[in-house]
Amino acid sequence: MRGARTLQWSALAAAVALAATACGGGSDSGGSSASGKPEGYVSMFNGEPQHPLMPSDTNEKFGGYVIDALFTGLVAYDQKGGLINENAESVDSKDNKTWTVKLKKGWKFHDGTEVTAKSYVDAWNWMANVKNKQANSYWFGDIKGYEDVHPEKGDPKKDSMEGLKVVDDHTFTIELTDAVPYFEYKLGYKTFAPLPKSFYKDPKGFGQKPVGNGPYKFEKWTHNKLVQVKAVGSYKGSNKAKNKGIQFKNYSKVESAYQDALSGNLDLVDGVGPKDLPKRKADFGDRALDVPYAGTQSIVPTVYSKPFKDVDPKVLQGLSMGIDRKTITKTVLQGTRVPSTAFTPPQVRGYKKLDSDVLTYNPKKAKKLVKEGGGVPGNKIWIQYNADGGHKEWVTAVCNSITKSTGVQCVGDSKPDFQTDLNARQDNKVKGMYRGGWLADYPLNINFMQDLYKTGASTNYGRFSDKKVDELFEKGDHADSLEASVKDYQEAEKELAKKMPAIPLWDYAANIVHGEGIDGVKVGYDGNVLVTDITVK
Amino acid sequence: MGRYVARRLLQMIPVFIGATLLIFCMMYALPGDPVAALFGEKAPDPAQVAAIKHQLGLDLPLWQQYWNYLTGLFQGDFGTQIATQRPVADVISQAFPVTIRLTLFAFVFTVVAGILLGLISGLRADKAFDRVVLFFTLLLISVPSFVLGYFFQYLFAFQLGWTTPTVQNSEDLGQLLLPAIVLAGLSLAYVTRLTRTSVAENLRADYIRTAIAKGLPRRRVVGIHLLRNSLIPVVTFLGTDVGALMAGAVVTEGIFNVHGVGNTIFEALNRREGSTVVGIATLIVIVYLVASLLVDLLYAVLDPRIRYD
Repeated sequence: MRGARTLQWSALAAAVALAATACGGGSDSGGSSASGKPEGYVSMFNGEPQHPLMPSDTNEKFGGYVIDALFTGLVAYDQKGGLINENAESVDSKDNKTWTVKLKKGWKFHDGTEVTAKSYVDAWNWMANVKNKQANSYWFGDIKGYEDVHPEKGDPKKDSMEGLKVVDDHTFTIELTDAVPYFEYKLGYKTFAPLPKSFYKDPKGFGQKPVGNGPYKFEKWTHNKLVQVKAVGSYKGSNKAKNKGIQFKNYSKVESAYQDALSGNLDLVDGVGPKDLPKRKADFGDRALDVPYAGTQSIVPTVYSKPFKDVDPKVLQGLSMGIDRKTITKTVLQGTRVPSTAFTPPQVRGYKKLDSDVLTYNPKKAKKLVKEGGGVPGNKIWIQYNADGGHKEWVTAVCNSITKSTGVQCVGDSKPDFQTDLNARQDNKVKGMYRGGWLADYPLNINFMQDLYKTGASTNYGRFSDKKVDELFEKGDHADSLEASVKDYQEAEKELAKKMPAIPLWDYAANIVHGEGIDGVKVGYDGNVLVTDITVK
Repeated sequence: MGRYVARRLLQMIPVFIGATLLIFCMMYALPGDPVAALFGEKAPDPAQVAAIKHQLGLDLPLWQQYWNYLTGLFQGDFGTQIATQRPVADVISQAFPVTIRLTLFAFVFTVVAGILLGLISGLRADKAFDRVVLFFTLLLISVPSFVLGYFFQYLFAFQLGWTTPTVQNSEDLGQLLLPAIVLAGLSLAYVTRLTRTSVAENLRADYIRTAIAKGLPRRRVVGIHLLRNSLIPVVTFLGTDVGALMAGAVVTEGIFNVHGVGNTIFEALNRREGSTVVGIATLIVIVYLVASLLVDLLYAVLDPRIRYD
């Protein structure tokens, strides 16, 4: 039988090739039992955290949800952008330079050890150290001695910052290089978390199996499937969990999560795909929520580009007034955004509606202003955006709106993905404007201006530079109190409206749909669902 | 025969090196810096970026990076992901079994259903059954897979309630049935049509007439003489299709939330995780190579006139 022999050879060849590549390796998907959800838990849409689960390495939403559930820092923000003390009894400073932190007693990590001043100081020193490669390390840049552990080049000189001092078990002081009146606000960011002693034994393992001090305790992380956390009964913070636990389930598309929510296999989805936006109210009724939060989208002119080199701000004001924000948010964006009323969103402290009409649609005045300002060279502008983020539709709409009302030609400049888009911004290669988005790091108006419009600021990709604005920022940074600082920045914002370093378009709203089994779905200032408040019926 | 197989296996080595080098260079040429991407929209901290790059060896020249990657590969080290800091081998070994299950399922479905349908309609060319099959396969070919995916989801999960809309547990074959059918849809249509044409054509061939004339039972005529000769084009198609099924499942995997290779490579590409992309792409290249070797060997099984000596 010739045929049979050839068949044997075929099988052998396949076996050899497959063995050589060691294919079909062990399948360790873990937790292979049925997908059941423990009683009283809430399951919600999430994605695979992009970094190890470390407070100082997490800066994206998926990991952020888990970190916020596992860790509680010194202070937290309420829904209106105010500060509340959590692990801190008090955070005080007389000169805004040296801050004294007193901790509440009796707080414990989930492994039973106590949260002390040392838990904070040691953790921050570790996180700031350049050798430990934490993405959020720059947050510690205000602290005195940061350069010692995080030099611009080479190895760190010391392994601790001299600005951090433990006074006793429940007190420590933070000395800053310069006074920062709003430092207390920064402390609410997730990277300023404490770490337990056990962390230092195996930092790498900790990132896969973190031990926190927050409202939930880590249970399991099955990669590509889910992260599960369990409510802690003895938790002492104000955001004690009202449910028994959370399952953060991993979806690669919001559309499939939507389908699961619709069929009752998933409790909550925060994010609705374009396909489902028009029918979310019909599908979920009053369980489809749109909650505005502190994030803005704008189009930012670059000062080096041809259309906007030495441009008269009047032209930019004109372009801004030529955009029909109301109609676009209602139609193209399906009510997922709210037209901007200032450079800052209403959910942050210090927000004030702009006392000017530059953000109001007025095609006549728009045309007039553009003309008065001398127009745009070539009468053509570009808006750069990344094609993988669903921006094409609104960019086109904004462009049409501008062209219609001002006569300036406007085209979208599409980059294949966010990486390419960002690269062009960083290398000063934007052709005209780019799509800018900013989400609050902390709910303060300062956060929406300083990083974006100060000369040489890290995220100032438009390369905007204005003396008067810088002066006002500077003044605010050296104010005596938080109130004064916020006020100075409000002044600066008025100046921004005259100079137009960006054209604010709209603020984000979180689009949430949830099942009948849960209640109490609320959204924080940052657009994240407050998972601790969810109750299970 | 043995020498032929050995030669083909040896030929895989340069193809393997060439493929990895090409993909490696392509990843390198793509705009965007994976380390800078760790900082999201914010401007990256240069000191931190430098430290991370140094530790991962990303500050070395391209050829050195490639050399390090290759030598690592021969020691079974696929590298480490930049953002998650997980070994790429881990990531792959989590995604591959899922995809293999899905692909095998889809493949078996394609082969069994496709050949069976093709055979029947080929034997009854231009009868009612044949017309119906031709119509439905045309439909399958022209409808994009995501439409089919959402339609099946709507029909089977929401209207009939037979299954959950997405795959909750990728080890449960019952749940994989729906995505497997959607995935197999297009190949199924091709296989059916290929088999049908080939069968209908060979049915008129001299050797079939001879076989019937010498009084062989119909089962033997169809099963051995007809089918074996008719399957050559089908096998060619199936061979390349295995690779396409594995790598091309991004859309289907997305709709049914299956976390397989397609999704993993897509995400890695977006985040510029070079070592992950190269690792997975290389494995897929090898699957292709093995499949095409198998196809070539199967030719000899199917058609005794073909010899490899």
